[in-house]
Amino acid sequence: MAGGHIDALGQFELHPVLGSLGESLRFSQSTLMMVIAAALILLLLYVGMRPRAIVPGRLQAAAEILYDFIHTMATDQIGPEGRRFFPFVFTLFAFILVGNYIGLVPGSFTFTSHIVVTAGLALLVFVVGLLVALRSQGFGFFAHFMPEGAPVALAPLLVPIEILSYISRPISLSVRLFANMMAGHVMFEMFAAFTIMLGGIHFIGPVLGIAPIAINMALVALELLVGGLQAYVFAILTCIYLREAVAH
Amino acid sequence: MSRMIRIAVLGSAATVAAGESAFAAGMPQLAFGNPLTLGQLFWGAVIFLVLYLALSRSALPLVGAVLDERRARIDGDLDAAKSARNEADRAIIELRRARRDAAAEAASMVDKVVSEARAQAASRTAEMNARLEADIARAEIAVTEAREAAMGSIRAVAGGTTQLLVARLIGQEADEALVGAKVDAALAARPAA
Repeated sequence: MAGGHIDALGQFELHPVLGSLGESLRFSQSTLMMVIAAALILLLLYVGMRPRAIVPGRLQAAAEILYDFIHTMATDQIGPEGRRFFPFVFTLFAFILVGNYIGLVPGSFTFTSHIVVTAGLALLVFVVGLLVALRSQGFGFFAHFMPEGAPVALAPLLVPIEILSYISRPISLSVRLFANMMAGHVMFEMFAAFTIMLGGIHFIGPVLGIAPIAINMALVALELLVGGLQAYVFAILTCIYLREAVAH
Repeated sequence: MSRMIRIAVLGSAATVAAGESAFAAGMPQLAFGNPLTLGQLFWGAVIFLVLYLALSRSALPLVGAVLDERRARIDGDLDAAKSARNEADRAIIELRRARRDAAAEAASMVDKVVSEARAQAASRTAEMNARLEADIARAEIAVTEAREAAMGSIRAVAGGTTQLLVARLIGQEADEALVGAKVDAALAARPAA
């Protein structure tokens, strides 16, 4: 902030944790947040389900709702084979959702705002979808690149387009999540910086500085929505890709 | 709306920052020179794999088991409630039938008692009538006997009285046969009682 410019991107810089140990292990605060996210997910399920109550308490109800939500999504979207992929979809959804929400805690880090992370997840979905498709459909899978009923003469045009759209899936999947999370956090930084800038304007500054704070509060609500929505979109697109993969 | 705000903010941020070369350093997300950037990929893969294994092997089956248990329990309770209701329905039908039977039995019993009482009353009345008729007949016989006895003594009294009157009037005893004939004639002339 020194010199009046806004460092909106500095928040995405990676720093090693635990000093030289983290540096040699390439263990950054982003990775630490992944560990915390995974731990929170497991904690919710293990601690939440410990009572094994017939009438669930709040934490158990939260764990059950999360389970049911993804289970319904997987079986509805993928079909009867959805049960097989349910743990995979659940892991993706919970990991991204908790990652998005951890980022909203001041002083923490949003690992889903890094394209490397989202690209890794999207590539995983792509590879899993491809392997499942090859396993359940064999080489007949490649017939999908030629739309049914289209004239053969158009094949030289249609097939490359279909292949391109198939390959672009992981790109859109990863960029969508990464860009949404990054944009939200850039906005937080901008409005927080406005508050500091306005606060310096003589005696009226502290009054003017309230406005960006109010906007930031509204943005937190928006980001809660975006964080849930992006996790949902990622999970449901994964389900749709897997449905295409298992369809005969 | 939110998208417009975003675009506006990013636009203004870009213009503000352009002069200060804040973006010149590039996005930290694309700083592949930093080993930490690609380190995320390795650690992310490890963490994701561990999380996936823990969830698919242990945590999710645990939740699923609890949900199945509840579903089974609820289904069992529902079945129990359904069978209890059927039993109650059957009991109600049985109760109604029993009540109807009891009502019919009671009605027939009342009919029987009434008809019995009626028959008894009729027989008692008949008995009483017979006794009364017998009494009347006896009484009539007694009356007839008394009247005949009284009629028999009238002749003797009338004959005696006539003898006495004749003896007082004429000073001599009247002929007994003549008096008898006259009394008989007078008695015969009397209107029947």
